[in-house]
Amino acid sequence: MAASHLLEVKNLTTEFRIGGSVIRAVDGISYYIDDGEIVGLVGESGCGKSASQLSVLQLIPMPPGNIVSGEAIFQGIDLLDFDPDGEQIRAVRGGKIGLIFQEPMTSLNPVLTIGRQIIETLVLHLHMDRQSARKRAVELIDLMGIPDAKQRIDNYPHQFSGGMRQRIMIAMAVSCNPNLLIADEPTTALDVTTQAQILEILRNMVKAFNTSLLIVTHNLGVVARYAQRIYVMYAGRIVESGTVKDIFDNPCHPYTLGLLKSVPRLDEPKGRKLVPIVGLPPNLGNMPGYCAFWPRCSKRSPACKKKPWPELRLISGQHYTACDYDFDKK
Amino acid sequence: MGTFILRRLIQTVVVLVLVSFFAYLLLYLIPGDPAVTMLGLEASKEQIEALRHELGLDRPMLFQYVNWFMNVVQGDFGKSLIYRENITDLILTRLPITFHLGLVSLFLSTLISIPAGVISAVKRGGLLDSVITVSANLGMAIPLFWLGILGVYLFSLKLGWLPVQGYTSPFSDFWMSTKQIIMPSICLSVVPLASLARQTRSSMLEVIRQDYIRTARSKGLKQRTIITGHALKNAIIPVVTLLGIQMRNLVGGSVLIETVFNIPGIGRLMVRGVFEKDFLIVQGCIVMVALVVALANLLVDISYGYFDPRIRHEE
Repeated sequence: MAASHLLEVKNLTTEFRIGGSVIRAVDGISYYIDDGEIVGLVGESGCGKSASQLSVLQLIPMPPGNIVSGEAIFQGIDLLDFDPDGEQIRAVRGGKIGLIFQEPMTSLNPVLTIGRQIIETLVLHLHMDRQSARKRAVELIDLMGIPDAKQRIDNYPHQFSGGMRQRIMIAMAVSCNPNLLIADEPTTALDVTTQAQILEILRNMVKAFNTSLLIVTHNLGVVARYAQRIYVMYAGRIVESGTVKDIFDNPCHPYTLGLLKSVPRLDEPKGRKLVPIVGLPPNLGNMPGYCAFWPRCSKRSPACKKKPWPELRLISGQHYTACDYDFDKK
Repeated sequence: MGTFILRRLIQTVVVLVLVSFFAYLLLYLIPGDPAVTMLGLEASKEQIEALRHELGLDRPMLFQYVNWFMNVVQGDFGKSLIYRENITDLILTRLPITFHLGLVSLFLSTLISIPAGVISAVKRGGLLDSVITVSANLGMAIPLFWLGILGVYLFSLKLGWLPVQGYTSPFSDFWMSTKQIIMPSICLSVVPLASLARQTRSSMLEVIRQDYIRTARSKGLKQRTIITGHALKNAIIPVVTLLGIQMRNLVGGSVLIETVFNIPGIGRLMVRGVFEKDFLIVQGCIVMVALVVALANLLVDISYGYFDPRIRHEE
C-alpha cells in the first residue's frame, strides 16, 4: 500500500429518494487526491460529480439524500463517520476543505456584506478577532485581484459581477488555508475570458497556499490545461481514470473517446468534424443490469448486454478503464 | 433610498385623500336624509332644515367635501351629534386605548410567530412542526368573538384570574391594566400570529434550500448561526410585508374585541357612530384608522431597505 493520500474516497454510494423511486447518483466510486495535486473529475451534467463531492462533506440534503456506504478518509480519518451537523465535520468544512460552487450569482448571501461572509469564516476556524480578521479579509480580496479591497469589503454581492463574485467565493474558500480545495464547476456560469482568469487564480492559490485542488467540470479543456490526473464519471460511476497524458493520448473507454471527439482542440489538423455523443445519459432511477453507456456506445457488442457493468481494470501505470473493449486490437 | 421614501410618502398622501373622499361619500350612499335620521321622524320641517344647513347638506356635495376635508387637515373632524363634543377630542382620547391593545397584540404575535415559524421550518416534518402547523391552521379558523367569549368564561368567570372586562390606563394602575388587556390582546393576536407563523415557515423553507445556505454550511458554520445569521434576514421580508397587512386586521379586529371586552377604544366609537348614524364620527374614525394603517405600511416599506441591501441601493 502506497503512502496515505490526502483524501481517499472508497466505494462511495449516495442515493436520493425522490417520489417513489431511489436514484443512485453516486454508485460505488473510489478516487484519491494527494498533497499539492490538481485532479479533474469530468462528466456530463447529472452524472453524480457534484453529489459525490457534497457527499464527502456530508453536505447533500438528507433526506432525500442518503450516503449508503463508503469511506472518505481525509488525513487518516473517515469524514463519513462524523455526525453531519457535529463539531468535527464542521471543523473540516471551510477549515481544512474549502468549497467553491458553480453558481457565483446565488452562492453568496445577498443580504450580508462580502466582508462579513469572509470574516465569519476566519473568526470561526482561525479564531481571529474581528479586527485582524477584517485586515486578513482585505488582503484576501486584494489577492484575488479585486481593486479597492478596503472599500469593496463593505459591499454586498449584488454590487459585484459574476466573475468578481466567484473571486470572492475563492477568497472565502482559501481564507483558512485549507489542505484541499474542491471547485465544483467553478467557471461554468461565467463567460470565457472570465473563466480563464478564475482558473488562473485557482492555480495561483494552489501554489500560494500549498493546497490540493479537485476540480469538478464537464469541460475537458479545463482539466487538460490544469490537472495532473483525471477521473471520468458516467452515470454515477468512474469509467476511466489516469494521468492527463493517459486520458488524452490513449483513451480506453468509449465514453472518454466520445467526450474527446466532441470538443475542439487547437493541436489537431483543421477540418476535423466534432462528433457529439448520441443519445442522453441514462435515467439513474432505472438503470440496466449491464453497462449503462451501452445505448450510446460506438464500440458496443451484443456480448456487453449479457454481463454486468465491467469493473475498472488496469491498463498500465495509473490508467484504469471500465470497458472490456480492447482498443489495441481494433 | 431617499427618493424611494419620498415616492412612498406621496403615494401615502394620495391614498389618504382617496380614503377620506370615500368615507365622505358614506353620507350619500346610505339611504335616507341624514338630518331626518338624526333627528327622528317627529322633527319639524324647520328643525330638519336647520340641521341640514348646520351640516352643510344644502350645498353641493363636492363643496361640502372640500370644506370638510380642509377642516380635517387642520385636525377638526366636526362636532359629534350624539356626544355633543368635538370628534377630534373623542378620537384622541380613544386612539391611545386602541393603540395599547394593538401594540400588545402586535408584540405578542410577532414575538411568538417568528420563532415558531423558524422552528417549524427547521424541524420540518417533525412532531414540533406538526403541532405548530396544526395550531396555526386552527388559529386562522377560530372566530375572534368566540375565542373572546370562551376566554372570558374560562379565565374570568370560572377561574377568576382575570377581570371580565373594562380598561384601565397603564399609567394609572399598571397591574390592573395588564390584567385587563391580556385577554383581549391574546384574542386579537391569534389571527396575525397564525398567519405570520405560516408565512415565516414557508419563506424559511424557501430560503434554506438556496445556494447561499449551502455555502454557509460548507464553511462549517453552526446550524444555529446559519439560521439566525444567514437565513432569517432573507426570509423576513415577506413576513414583514404580511405584518403590514396584519396591522389592518389589528384595527379591524379591535372593533369586535373592544365590543366583547367593553374597551372604550376607537373601534367601539366607530360602532356607536354606525348604530347612531353619526356619520361625522364614522368618517373621522375611518380617516384616522386609514392614517394609522398607511403610516404602518410606510414604515414596513422603509424597513425593506434595512433588510435587503438590493432595495436600499436601487436607482
